Amino acid sequence: MMVADFPLWPDQASTFARDVDNLYIFLILVCGTVAVGVFLTIFYFAIKFRRRPDNELAQDYEPPKLLEVMWIAIPSVIFMGLFVWGSWLYFHMSRVPDDALDIYATGKQWMWKFQHPTGQREINSLHVPVNRPVKITMASEDVIHSLFFPYFRTKADVLPNRYRTMWFQATKTGRYHIFCAEYCGTLHSGMIGWVDVMESADYQKWLAGGTEGSMASQGEQLFQRYACNTCHTNDAGGRGPVLAGLYGRDVTLSTGTVVKADENYIRESILNPQAKTVKGFQPIMPTFQGQVSEDDLMKLLAYVKSLTGPIPQATTTKGVTQ
Amino acid sequence: MTTATLHDVRLVGASTNRNYINDEYGALSWLLTKDHKRIAILYLISVSIMFVLGGFFAMMMRIELLTPDGDLLTSDTYNKFFTMHGVVMIFFFLIPAIPAVLGNFILPIQLGAKDLAFPKINLLSWYLYMAAAVVGLVVIITGGVDTGWTFYTPFSTQYSNTHVFGTTLAGFIAGFSSILTGLNFIVTIHRMRAPGLTWYRLPLFVWAMYATSVVMLLATPVLAITLTMLMIERAVGVGFFDPALGGDPVLYQHMFWFYSHPAVYIMILPAMGVASDVVAAFTRKKIFGYRFVAFSSLAIAFLGFLVWAHHLFVAGISVYSAMIFSFLSFFVAVPSAIKVFNWTATLYRASVSWQTPMLYILGFIGLFTIGGVTGLFLASIGLDIHVTDTYFVVAHFHYVMVGGTVMAYMAGLHYWWPKITGRMYPEWWARLAALLVFVGFNLTFFPQFILGYVGMPRRYHAYAPEFQVLNVLSTAGASVLAVGYILPIIYLVWSIWFGRKAGPNPWGAVGLEWTTSSPPPKENFHETPVVTWDAYDYPAMMKAMGETQNV
Repeated sequence: MMVADFPLWPDQASTFARDVDNLYIFLILVCGTVAVGVFLTIFYFAIKFRRRPDNELAQDYEPPKLLEVMWIAIPSVIFMGLFVWGSWLYFHMSRVPDDALDIYATGKQWMWKFQHPTGQREINSLHVPVNRPVKITMASEDVIHSLFFPYFRTKADVLPNRYRTMWFQATKTGRYHIFCAEYCGTLHSGMIGWVDVMESADYQKWLAGGTEGSMASQGEQLFQRYACNTCHTNDAGGRGPVLAGLYGRDVTLSTGTVVKADENYIRESILNPQAKTVKGFQPIMPTFQGQVSEDDLMKLLAYVKSLTGPIPQATTTKGVTQ
Repeated sequence: MTTATLHDVRLVGASTNRNYINDEYGALSWLLTKDHKRIAILYLISVSIMFVLGGFFAMMMRIELLTPDGDLLTSDTYNKFFTMHGVVMIFFFLIPAIPAVLGNFILPIQLGAKDLAFPKINLLSWYLYMAAAVVGLVVIITGGVDTGWTFYTPFSTQYSNTHVFGTTLAGFIAGFSSILTGLNFIVTIHRMRAPGLTWYRLPLFVWAMYATSVVMLLATPVLAITLTMLMIERAVGVGFFDPALGGDPVLYQHMFWFYSHPAVYIMILPAMGVASDVVAAFTRKKIFGYRFVAFSSLAIAFLGFLVWAHHLFVAGISVYSAMIFSFLSFFVAVPSAIKVFNWTATLYRASVSWQTPMLYILGFIGLFTIGGVTGLFLASIGLDIHVTDTYFVVAHFHYVMVGGTVMAYMAGLHYWWPKITGRMYPEWWARLAALLVFVGFNLTFFPQFILGYVGMPRRYHAYAPEFQVLNVLSTAGASVLAVGYILPIIYLVWSIWFGRKAGPNPWGAVGLEWTTSSPPPKENFHETPVVTWDAYDYPAMMKAMGETQNV
């Protein structure tokens, strides 16, 4: 009980947690040794060589210069090791597994909104299955926020007008804090919630609760409501590029550069279509800036991502196909 | 007294009662003075007031955080208090404290000069500082500001309805004060050294002030540019940073930290300079590895410009740039480590005095070491993801800024107090205060490392109940710390009238400032000194003492 009142670190509830804690403990050991070593040395010297009548002046003694080389070289080597370890972990934490479950998050003053691909929506609460990678695609409706899962040892800033992604794989069922870690105004400290890590079966049961249809199907309705389908027909004859199979593919622009059609590309192409026009198409699409809410944009994104299948000939990729 | 030196003996004939304090009288003789010593006193009074103000905000925050609920202050008030605590402490205390108070007073004397190179510009620096302070105080009185001292966009430009414009204007003006001080110091160090005072004979305080001045001169204009862009965006809606206007909020963070990370070194480098001078004086030894310590200041100043993006590891920079900035951040720690090890080695076979300035500096070395090594935790990017924006970061930078800079400032103030005022402070009280500061500081900030790792984010007005124990410890520590800071204010002021008279060199220290009377005459020296000894040349002093005794 005492430990619960005075926690030294939060439970390890994700695959990252043990790796991060290991590096933390290693750093405590190394840095603690150095710091305690310095303290004890100072204390010992300051007492042993304290000023007394017989040493009003210091002895004329210079320690060997080799010491300088030593205490430049040894820390440098340790720092290199720490750099490699920390970078390896960061690299690993930034690589989202392909089979991750897609969840969308919107931050706004002062709440977290989550959408599941099946269409469930929740506020300041997030349900995820245990032992399955979860990828969160996030954007802010106003200022910068930061989605922080201390029990999973991960966080990422959530930016306005740009998608960012983070991922984790929970390893322990339970209820854990969600915090906003980037100061965002009056109720910053109230922009908190809970993540419920559930057994896979329970999660499926939870998902079966009533919805207005999957995100992709809601996105499809929006696709029609905004009349996107008049130009983005699913064949080569449309005035806009075919979107089937677009997500994650390379796209050649009218400028000749090749970009990857990721979340931010799709977002920009909806809000500011003139910024990157696909090769072979006229820049005729109107902007949807300010007309589509963040939540709806995520549904449109989910819909576009859901459009898989073969790419018809003579479409967006004609510049790169053989 | 065994502490009497050659220099004392020399002064006997030249002794005079006239000094910079009683040379002229009247308010105008202070407000229009061009004497670097008087300007230092003006700064001392101003930064002390700002320190008390910033401390008041801190204390209110700590009392609020005694309980998990936000029950003492409203959220908006709490947010304003942590913002104004940061703004006041950084722009109006930490950045000017050591350079503008101790540097202004001691640097020209350590160089054997009559004044800084540009005395009028020096006075202008103080007036700019005061103009900025007045703007800042008007902001505080008329309702304050709630953006955090970092002014992150788009919150600061589009969402906050507090006095962002006034606060950034104050920061902008204060920046010019520090640019002019930096410029003045650089020129003075290059051009006004006494005959014989070569670069390698300079006290390490001068080297540190030189490195600091370079950073002030090169980094502060970037702050001016950034804050100007922010003010323009807020006032007339030009989209530099706001994505709704086509800007990029992360660009703001790059620009802000391109100044504000070097600013950390503006705050800590002078502290390192004080530490070197005090360690030498209270061990009566030359600093071990003098040249390594001197050049490590320049290395820190240089590397300090290359690590700004380590504040952005979770803000949306690429994996590869994160790695580069992680790598560079580890290496900025090397020159700091060099200094710590060299100070420690200097104690070996020394004559260590446990007087107050040395107590502060021994504390400084310990606390700065903790501040430094916890920086390694943050430079390890995989770990930074978890601890950034939590209390771990708050603890880390307070160990550097308060455990480092404020401890060294207190050390320097006590060390040079007899020179500045001609009076000794009461030693017993001063040792007690140093001890209270050390204990109180650790009790305040050490729990915050744990608090951060457990997951408490910074800038939280209310928090989860399981964080309470650590917060109570921290608030208890802050109370002890407050007593430790209030005591010196009382006994230092007391000592101006009632302190024991100090001779020219009460510590038996080597250095030009200890060869002139206390307080020094208006022109610092009656004759231009000629320097024939190295910095901290205690063996030569011992020899000279032997000779004078034989005369």
